[in-house]
Amino acid sequence: MNTSARHLSGAVNEAGRGTRIRSGIVHPGWLRISHWLNALAVIIMIGSGWRIYNASPLFDFRFPDDITLGGWLAGALNWHFAAMWLLGINGLIYLLINVLSGRLWRKFWPLSPRAFVTDFVAAFKGRLSHADPRRYNSVQKVAYLLVVLDLVLLVLSGLVLWKSVQFPLLSLLLGGYETARYIHFFAMAGLVAFIVVHLVMVLLVPRSLLTMIRGR
Amino acid sequence: MNDRQNKMDVDAVLREAAAQMGRYSRRSFLKHVTTLGGLSLLTGCSISDESHVEDALGRISKFNDKVQAWLFDPKRLAQTYSEAEITRPFPFNAYYSEKHVPHVDAADFRLEVGGKVSSRHSWTLAELRVLPQVEQITRHICVEGWSAIGRWGGVPFAEFLKRIGADTSAKYVAFHCADDYYTSIDMATALHPQTQLTLSFDGQVLPPKYGFPMKVRMPTKLGYKNPKHVRAISITNIYPGATGKTRGTTGLVAVRPSPGCAKGRHLAAMSERS
Repeated sequence: MNTSARHLSGAVNEAGRGTRIRSGIVHPGWLRISHWLNALAVIIMIGSGWRIYNASPLFDFRFPDDITLGGWLAGALNWHFAAMWLLGINGLIYLLINVLSGRLWRKFWPLSPRAFVTDFVAAFKGRLSHADPRRYNSVQKVAYLLVVLDLVLLVLSGLVLWKSVQFPLLSLLLGGYETARYIHFFAMAGLVAFIVVHLVMVLLVPRSLLTMIRGR
Repeated sequence: MNDRQNKMDVDAVLREAAAQMGRYSRRSFLKHVTTLGGLSLLTGCSISDESHVEDALGRISKFNDKVQAWLFDPKRLAQTYSEAEITRPFPFNAYYSEKHVPHVDAADFRLEVGGKVSSRHSWTLAELRVLPQVEQITRHICVEGWSAIGRWGGVPFAEFLKRIGADTSAKYVAFHCADDYYTSIDMATALHPQTQLTLSFDGQVLPPKYGFPMKVRMPTKLGYKNPKHVRAISITNIYPGATGKTRGTTGLVAVRPSPGCAKGRHLAAMSERS
């Protein structure tokens, strides 16, 4: 085994054989870049999306203009249709590298309902350990997988809203144009809820912010 | 974008506008320049500190127009619905209130035809009504987000283009409307099977609030691209522009107007019109 260039850390990767651990790296560079690009894209999509919603609200409320992006409907649409490329392309690259490198399985498997309940209860009692930042606990695994699925749903429902004539199968699967509007809205609500919880968690475990910036 | 390039683009655009002038009045010219050369005239509209951002957004918008043109399948039909699904009452939407809807006299009305056509005959409503008529029940989707299902009847637009001997290898069809609205579409959309020169709505003569004497119904495009009160049609290869829009049939103006700018308010109202 070649040990001259690499130092294996003391911890062993649970997924097992064939993987290499560089000294103390929690999040590799590609992941960190992808994470922050995603954060930027999501902020633009939500801010401009709220302004678009305001043009024809689904419910009996509007988002305050101050927290929306774009200034007017046309401006908001321009931002929305620009950032969608960043969201989509960055998201695809994230998924591809995650799957092809095996990281997806290493980080998110095994996934057990019992472990989820245990960790969830421990979190509420303030006893969920973050000793090894390389490991996701079961609450994290579920939350991150759900938000990925939620973003996919946002993109698919967005495509139905944007081009309902040219994507007829997608439109059919999502219940048609008007239903897709509601799916798009509730998926956005889910995303916002995730972000709130995510930010609270980062505040409670500040080291996680450092690892997402520096890698370790 | 550097200043020299910016000035050259504006000059090219103004030349195009001048070429289109023909017998247009000065008021028309100003309106056209506002749309085609909008960016140059709106320098007072607080874009200076954000101009690079707006430029970038504008470029991406133009790229999106190309993507949308690539996605457009001229054979793919918009979904049709049953009579029971029609939205009643059908919403009214314009950049003015219902009491300012233009009223056109049916007997005096002549649809003017110009540009690359072999017949410049002006059509009366009676002449249009004896052409083959079709009906569709399709969804009207507004850029604002809402939608409504309606029933439109009239002449298939491709059929009308054949009757006027239109050059279907030309790029654009431009529409001039009685309410001073002005829009244009690409030829692929004009020839789409569901594009219709509409004379009736929900089984009745098209009422003024929905576009009397005629509108052009295109279920493959958002509502604001479906012009009402059409009074003149022309076929052209020179990009005619559209009220409140920059290049491309669905491109949107990337400039944010300041509240005090009358032209900006006008553009804002244009963009929200359906």
